[in-house]
Amino acid sequence: MAHVNDGATIRRRLVLTIVVFGLLAVAACLFAPLVGSAPIRLRRVFDRSIPFADNPDAQIFFIARLPRALAGALVGSTLAASGVVLQALLRNPLATPFTLGVSAGAALGAMLVVTFPIQLALGGISAVPMASFAGSLGAVAIVYALATARRGGLSTNVLLLAGVTLNSFFSALILLVQYFADFSQTFRTVRWLMGDLDVAGYLPILAALPLTLAAFAAFVCLPRALNLLALGPDAAAARGIDVHKTQRLAFFSASLATGAAVSLGGPIGFIGIVVPHLVRLIVGADHRLVLPASALFGAAFLVVCDVGARSLLAPMELPVGILTAMIGGPFFLWLLIRRS
Amino acid sequence: MLQASNVSLAFGGSAAARAAGPQPGLHEVTLRVDRGSLVGVLGPNGSGKTTLLRLLSGTLAPHAGRVTLDGTDIRHLSRTAVARRMAVVPQETHLAFDYSVLEIVLMGRYPHLRPFELEGPDDLAIARDALAATGTAALERRAFATLSGGEKQRVIIASALAQSAGIMLLDEPTASLDPGYQIEIAALLRRLNEERGITMVVATHDLNFAASICRQLVLLRAGRVLASGPTPAVLTGELVEALYGVEADVRHHERAGHLTVVPIRRTETGRTGGRDQA
Repeated sequence: MAHVNDGATIRRRLVLTIVVFGLLAVAACLFAPLVGSAPIRLRRVFDRSIPFADNPDAQIFFIARLPRALAGALVGSTLAASGVVLQALLRNPLATPFTLGVSAGAALGAMLVVTFPIQLALGGISAVPMASFAGSLGAVAIVYALATARRGGLSTNVLLLAGVTLNSFFSALILLVQYFADFSQTFRTVRWLMGDLDVAGYLPILAALPLTLAAFAAFVCLPRALNLLALGPDAAAARGIDVHKTQRLAFFSASLATGAAVSLGGPIGFIGIVVPHLVRLIVGADHRLVLPASALFGAAFLVVCDVGARSLLAPMELPVGILTAMIGGPFFLWLLIRRS
Repeated sequence: MLQASNVSLAFGGSAAARAAGPQPGLHEVTLRVDRGSLVGVLGPNGSGKTTLLRLLSGTLAPHAGRVTLDGTDIRHLSRTAVARRMAVVPQETHLAFDYSVLEIVLMGRYPHLRPFELEGPDDLAIARDALAATGTAALERRAFATLSGGEKQRVIIASALAQSAGIMLLDEPTASLDPGYQIEIAALLRRLNEERGITMVVATHDLNFAASICRQLVLLRAGRVLASGPTPAVLTGELVEALYGVEADVRHHERAGHLTVVPIRRTETGRTGGRDQA
């Protein structure tokens, strides 16, 4: 059943949505760091009377565990929001942030640096995240160039085709690079491809933050235009939208944000499609609700998945990408059954 | 008042090729739509009807000539300003996501909202009025995807109506509808034009539909205006044959109350219009 946008209460629904999903995200970030091999208590963590140097709970919380939760929140919200934007751009609810080749480019970049090591570390950030981001930039540039090759602006059909082509071509290149890798390099690559949130401190998060915030600033401007795009380009243009400008903004903001997220946590799959779908079931199709709700729910969802991944085979900490993939498969099956 | 003055638009090809002969696109089309009129644009498939509507709405820019709205060149108006005065009902609506009927009609209010403004009770009232005018008020909470063809078309018209625009452009509004819905849409458009004074330009290849509601007709063939003027003057056997290559019987139908066109057979002169000639 579609949800009714009763105009008089859309403001109320928007506020309610943001508050509920926001609380969910904050709660996830607060309680996720409590899970781990050494038990810590939240009250002790925030006890001001104990100086930080003597407070093991606070030290574990802030130094060891909170960065991981924050990384999960950042990656989760970015992938979920980018998924929503790309689905609207491609007019297809099955599109993911990785459909247009961004993660393939990132994977190739990361693999190249692992297999042919470059002694390069910029300000404490190792070469792999930088190379993976560079790879994703390259993929975005190629896909955009292909999609605008013909006169007449951006064609979403060509965009999709270019993304699919790039994915398969880069996969072939990845196989080639893999051939030249030795055992330990292959191991590192495979582990990177699983998608993991084990960040070393706050620095990688801060590095990914500027681009992510810029993308979210763009996301804030898009929801109304995305609603109209769903009606078709002619109908959207007739209601005052600059269709090409909107498509470009959506494409670049979502793709670059995805590149930043993948450089931080690797290609964590299924967040960009599971979260938007679940959110649409709850709030309806209006992007003014779906976009913020997906960002907040995506943050909570990935953080909780990470807790699950860490706890499933404790004390071993599984990469979160394994868990999201395990959830993603049955989710699609359920979607399929539901539709038929 | 909407006017296209000598507009031309060529698809592909070099300037030399364009000068050489008939090309797909529009050539030196002049069209004048006065306030309150109901104009039909007739022509075979590929004659440029949709292109003409896109030029009139400002979605496409002509290579030559200009389109003016109340005297101002459309290119000098912002998209939102145009959207407030002109609404478009496209041929088909393929919805990518599961919106409700009310959500779709409310989207017609977007051109009137400031950048981050949400719809208010006024907008809701206008949307509901548009639904009532198209007889779809009962469908307000339904999902658009679950509606029948005729219901979908009426909802899209309601969404265009909610734009509170003085002009409505419709591209083949009855193309995929059965005769029952065709009559319904025809009556709806006539009612909106007469009761609310909405100027309408309807592109169609359905001669009888055009004859039933349009007071003026423009015949397009191969991107050029073959004839234009009041319906009785333009809808004649000779012109129908020139337009479609079909011998037809055109006569006033007593019970229907308007001209009707009955195609008889293809003629030897054939068709010289359209982009997709074999």
